[in-house]
Amino acid sequence: MIIAERKPLEKIAAMAAPYKRVCVLGCNTCVAVCMAGGQKEAEETATLLRIHRNKENVVGEVEVFSIERQCEFEMIDEVLEKLKSYDVIVSLACGVGVQTLVEHVPSLRVVPGLNTTSMGYPTEQGVWKERCLGCGDCVLDLTMGICPITRCAKSILNGPCGGSAEGKCELGKDIDCAWHLIHERLSAFGRLSDLEEIQPPKDWSKSHHGGGARTSVREDVRIDRG
Amino acid sequence: MLELIAGSKLEKTINSGQFVVTGELGPPKGADLTQLKHHAEGMRNHVEAYNITDNQTAIVRTSSIACGATLVQMGLEPIIQIVVRDRNRICIQSDVLGAHALGVKNILCLAGDHQKFGNEPGSKGVFDIDSMQLLKGLKDLRDEKKFMGGEELNGELSYFLGAVENPFADPFEYRVDRLEKKINAGASFIQTQCIFDLDRFERWMEMVRERGLHKKVAILGGVTPIKSLGAARYMKNNVSGITIPDELIERMTGAEKKKEEGLKIAIETIQRLKEIEGVAGVHIMAIAWEEVVPEIVERAGLYPRPKV
Repeated sequence: MIIAERKPLEKIAAMAAPYKRVCVLGCNTCVAVCMAGGQKEAEETATLLRIHRNKENVVGEVEVFSIERQCEFEMIDEVLEKLKSYDVIVSLACGVGVQTLVEHVPSLRVVPGLNTTSMGYPTEQGVWKERCLGCGDCVLDLTMGICPITRCAKSILNGPCGGSAEGKCELGKDIDCAWHLIHERLSAFGRLSDLEEIQPPKDWSKSHHGGGARTSVREDVRIDRG
Repeated sequence: MLELIAGSKLEKTINSGQFVVTGELGPPKGADLTQLKHHAEGMRNHVEAYNITDNQTAIVRTSSIACGATLVQMGLEPIIQIVVRDRNRICIQSDVLGAHALGVKNILCLAGDHQKFGNEPGSKGVFDIDSMQLLKGLKDLRDEKKFMGGEELNGELSYFLGAVENPFADPFEYRVDRLEKKINAGASFIQTQCIFDLDRFERWMEMVRERGLHKKVAILGGVTPIKSLGAARYMKNNVSGITIPDELIERMTGAEKKKEEGLKIAIETIQRLKEIEGVAGVHIMAIAWEEVVPEIVERAGLYPRPKV
């Protein structure tokens, strides 16, 4: 899932300050699970924003509601008229949600209430960890299901490097060395000799580096609009 | 006599079978190379070649190639370090061609300290390729005359390729596998991380010899003289990949003359390394203490240096 964190309240208040009618719009899927932008967090943010605006003598109202996913046109359409009634939408979706809103309804003013950090999952209550960079060319078959592109700070494909100590990364004792984990799993499965092969340079053209935002097309499921 | 790859003094000394000594120079945080040249001059008769670090600890400094070319002009031999942190494969290959054109004959391939540790922590780390791929890519560029992307190189290149290995990193048993992988990728010489834990280094060398790897690559043991107790403690606690045994800290603590004790430790380390089968030489990293290198080399019985 997509993981995000709420921007500091002062920042949100500053973005919303020029506008009278403000809507804090929650998104009830990924960012609700990571407790950053669901209905509950949207209500909390709206309350804090109202208090802040009162204190700063900002005139206007702050309303709040949420939709299931801000990244789907159909779900935006269900609340379209209501959205158009606001001067600004503080979107508590990830960066994708914010962009879907403005792309689908260009007349809307939308500001981001969250900082989108990563794709990952909760490893324990209150802790979310990044696990995928969306590189477009998955290597998890080679690395026993542990992603070195994401989890190694240098994204190396031939690890572990000389900075790995006691299973931890040289960047900090709180960071597991991904290649140490890979080494352990390869060892457990009797596949340590896999590491002998020199993995060639990665083809980054399949990632964002291939020319900006990527487009995935499935001709077989497209609707012929001809 | 082996056929020479690059004909560098480093390569010739290694091939002669005599114990090799390399030094290290860190480019300055500015464009004035006076001190770098002074330090280089000071070791002229005591080392075969000089590592020139590449923005070490991720701090912006004069480029290693520019400093290397300066050494070439002085009639000295640089070992250019290339890290994969700051340059993609386009830039690295371009820089290697440039370095070669300027007379650089030795290249050391490594990953580089993460930018988080340096003075531009907000910069974007490149890490297009890793150090293993760099080594293999530069070997193929030289031997197969093919760029990493597969296109043909115009003309010939001849450089001597090296890599680093850290016997003190984990998993310990993998450290010999990794050495072998680096040899297969193209390393002709290996410089190790600073050795303070000689027992662990000897265990590593034992494993190296069991596989006969010391016959396939020249292993230069890394030696750093400790200038003060603070420096020892700092390295123990803050420098990744370095292990300093407690006995050594105790020895420094108990010593009256810290600098002399640090020198003695370095000299004893070199003398012990000379006795280990398969160690082809030493790489002396006297960081911010360059002027002491001639004394270390002389007192360790490595002077005069062989003529090759």
